[in-house]
Amino acid sequence: MRTRASGRTVGGLRTLSLQAPAVSLLLMWMLVPLVMTLWFSFQRYNLMMPSVSGFAGVDNYYYLLTDPSLWTAMGNTLLLVGWVLVATVVGGTLLAVLLQQEFFGRGVARLFVIAPFFIMPTVSALVWKNMMMHPVNGILAWVAGLFGLPAIDWFASLPLTSIVIIVTWQWLPFAVLILLTAIQSLDDDQVEAARMDGAGPVAIFFYITLPHLKRAISVVVMIEMIFLLTIFAEIFVTTSGGPGLASTNLAYLIYIRALLDFDVGGASAGGVIAIILANIVAFFLVRTVAKNLEN
Amino acid sequence: MSTSTSNSVAAASAAVSASRARRSVINKKLVLTLVAWTIALVMFFPIFWMILTSFKTEAEAIATPPSLFFTPSVEGYIEIQARADYFKYALNSVVISLGATLLALLIAIPSAYSMAFLPTKRTQGTLLWMLSTKMLPSVGVLLPVYLIFRDLGLLDSRTGLIIIYMLMNLPIVVWMLYTFFKDIPKDILEAGRMDGASTLQEIFHLLLPLTLPGIASTGLLCVILSWNEAFWSLNLTTSNAAPLTAYIASFSSPEGLFWAKLSAASTLAIAPILIFGWMTQKQMVRGLTFGAVK
Amino acid sequence: MRLPHITKSRRHLLSLASVAALAPLSAQVSAETITVATVNNADMVVMQSLTSEFEKAHPDITLDWVVLEENVLRQRLTTDVATQGGQFDVMTIGTYEVPIWAKHGWLTKLDNLPEDYQVDDLIKPVRDGLSVTEGEKKGLYALPFYGESSMLYYRKDLFEQAGIEMPEQPTWSQVNDWAAKLNSADEGVYGICLRGKPGWGENMAILGTMVNSFGGRWFNEEWEPQLDSPAWSEAINFYVDMMGKYGPPGATSNGFNENLALFSSGKCGMWVDATSAAGKLYNPKESSVADKLGFAPAPIAKTEKGSHWLWSWALAIPESSKSKDAAQTFITWATSQEYVNLVGEREGWASIPPGTRVSTYENQSYKDAAPFAGFVMDAITSADPTDPTLEPVPYVGVQMVTIPEFQSIGTQVGQMIAAALAGQMSVEQALSSAQRSTERTMRQSGY
Repeated sequence: MRTRASGRTVGGLRTLSLQAPAVSLLLMWMLVPLVMTLWFSFQRYNLMMPSVSGFAGVDNYYYLLTDPSLWTAMGNTLLLVGWVLVATVVGGTLLAVLLQQEFFGRGVARLFVIAPFFIMPTVSALVWKNMMMHPVNGILAWVAGLFGLPAIDWFASLPLTSIVIIVTWQWLPFAVLILLTAIQSLDDDQVEAARMDGAGPVAIFFYITLPHLKRAISVVVMIEMIFLLTIFAEIFVTTSGGPGLASTNLAYLIYIRALLDFDVGGASAGGVIAIILANIVAFFLVRTVAKNLEN
Repeated sequence: MSTSTSNSVAAASAAVSASRARRSVINKKLVLTLVAWTIALVMFFPIFWMILTSFKTEAEAIATPPSLFFTPSVEGYIEIQARADYFKYALNSVVISLGATLLALLIAIPSAYSMAFLPTKRTQGTLLWMLSTKMLPSVGVLLPVYLIFRDLGLLDSRTGLIIIYMLMNLPIVVWMLYTFFKDIPKDILEAGRMDGASTLQEIFHLLLPLTLPGIASTGLLCVILSWNEAFWSLNLTTSNAAPLTAYIASFSSPEGLFWAKLSAASTLAIAPILIFGWMTQKQMVRGLTFGAVK
Repeated sequence: MRLPHITKSRRHLLSLASVAALAPLSAQVSAETITVATVNNADMVVMQSLTSEFEKAHPDITLDWVVLEENVLRQRLTTDVATQGGQFDVMTIGTYEVPIWAKHGWLTKLDNLPEDYQVDDLIKPVRDGLSVTEGEKKGLYALPFYGESSMLYYRKDLFEQAGIEMPEQPTWSQVNDWAAKLNSADEGVYGICLRGKPGWGENMAILGTMVNSFGGRWFNEEWEPQLDSPAWSEAINFYVDMMGKYGPPGATSNGFNENLALFSSGKCGMWVDATSAAGKLYNPKESSVADKLGFAPAPIAKTEKGSHWLWSWALAIPESSKSKDAAQTFITWATSQEYVNLVGEREGWASIPPGTRVSTYENQSYKDAAPFAGFVMDAITSADPTDPTLEPVPYVGVQMVTIPEFQSIGTQVGQMIAAALAGQMSVEQALSSAQRSTERTMRQSGY
């Protein structure tokens, strides 16, 4: 009893000293800019107008929350995250099952599939913009021409879809990597037994493979969500949020405020709203996924 | 006789069906090969095309129909090297991503250790909070960070970027390490403690060797993420500490015919990390499952 | 007897050699490094490639380059200059930023330029655009690297085929008719290329001049936005309609550089854009239409006023620079007549940075190599930023409004018009939401 009790206090102390570096650093990382952001969000502060300053009250929030572009941006953020998640999870699962099969040159094919994950977002956006989706010089326009179809002007007529395609291309390999590893740990005997019982490949996929992948899929969803909520480079390089606001997400909207308008007050208010959103997401979704992982 | 006949018939039919089965296995394998390779090539095509374009002349680069066969030229590479010294940027990228990764691991290991072996009520909450820090768009805090960096003299320094990347990746690193550490049976550490090992000894002599694959894959992921980060590197560096993402930024807008030059710069920027990723993918995969696969 | 002598003289030689070897080394040690931030436009890339020439002439100064795309550069420089970050010694900025930044006290006034710089040789409207013209801060704050107006480029061969004669002063409705005749999608030639990429310095530059010429203005004298006026509607409808019918696909992502690539690869019949493109279009190494290139003044509609813009890229020294003298040595070199000559001799006379000095336009080698020279000079000198519109306005600037809010306004309006061009909304919807967002911005900053 006694040792246990003392162990606990020692443990508490040890917990503190061990966690201190990471937690305090992250706290600083969160808090110092956060406090400054909060402070700025109540100030009249535009880099281009140094003479205008002073307490702004809730003006910045008022202008932001009544700005119709905020809601468009939030909608786009959700659409972007949602579609990429669906595409990478479904595509990743199918691709993982496929790449798990025996076929010629499997090792090299796998390397090819995972390659996009290593590419800088800026570079992949540039390549897609200038070489794949370019309506005059792009490969896709040329392919469309082969079939006698008119070239699609991707970034003008399907801006958000184009971004989803590019981001999916980047993140699909990540899903494949994780799901492939998970599939490899699937018990062969179980599959064999199911096959003996007359289950077809489709049934095996739905009743054995998919349940087995549940936890791995949770991991994919959680990690990707963290990164997808703040997608920026792909939009910046290709559509600049347009045409209109068609591909402006929350991160890009804040960028417009902060670095095109140089409205630090407004951008900070946007930042505060993004933080609140992030915490709501963290609270609900991440918690659900994390629970799923714990069990 | 009859039994033997029936036996041999059975054997013959078994052989036939076996060979048929083998043939169908081979057919299936061929179909799979075709499908899988088609997908693999489609996935890899943009990268392949970029590398191919980098060896064309500017005129060939925008030719319609796209030319697949041409005399390779390194004109693009020579031209961009004359404009900006690739090796300076590459060295910065290497130093910064390795530095950030090592620092992140150093700080995350004790933290993940305590979460895994000395959990409290707040552990889950702390972990989730750490992850949520990653969802804040960087651009929202650019100005505060810029001001802090200016006052600390960290603008355009490798140290500055190492610190930023370390902080950016810390949540993921802590979380991944936590999932690996959690899988280690407590008894092993208990045994070590009985022998009078201190916490540090415990970590270095027992924990780290056991979880090395996990730590390695965490580090690899961290290197890749740091290498590819393009917002802070562009905004906090000017020239001394500028990594490859800043290098790319100077070739990213078209000036006349620029496809071959852009491709050459892009190829140079991604080549090291692509090769690194390919070489270490087995190692990375082993740990990327976040303890989700048991 | 001779041996020691030789040794001695050799030693002497050695020490001389070592002094000689050390001399440049020690010079390098004490050399001041200045960081130059610039845009990755072709003329600046040439400037960067001449680094060694500068360092040879000024061994005590070393140049460190940061070359970035225009948007990235602008955000980078503004952040730094407004927070006094002190990361740059020379900044490449334009006619829009210079007066605003100078009034904030962010730029160093250039009032002790060396005699041989011949500051009076700078073309007057360009120089005025880089100065604060009244008040206690009156003076010159940046030196022009190149200056430009806008004009109409066309393909002589296609015009001949179609039997069109180019008048002295084309109008927009003529341009529309010609575009219809020249447009031939099968041959991959589009009637007209115009900027469509959203941004105050991209599509709003050409649209600003169109609106001016259609009789519109950004603000009335009470600073009330006029985007819902009939003139705007007429101009934008005209633009969207013409680009939709005879423009290239993907027009909403075409800025100056993209259109330059399109026109020089022979894909456009006409193009209205910066005069600074002329040198590149005339260079057979970079352009397949060098021998078929025609040019005319920028088209007009109701009025000539404000029908062509005025812009220059200039080099300025931020107040936060710690090496102001070295920086000034560099910017006077890079904008000097001597630099123009250097580029002329090394890259060809058509490729020199144009539109900055009167003497350039008097130079026979330039006139011979660049048949457009006098024409460009006229366009630049006739653009009047102080009287840009049919009706009076409270602001200065042809294709822009020189107030800090304009960057944001111009980019938002540009986005809306790009959406209309992409067919995502009607021109009326685009302009009314542009009007509303402009009103918001102006109200927010207390007009």
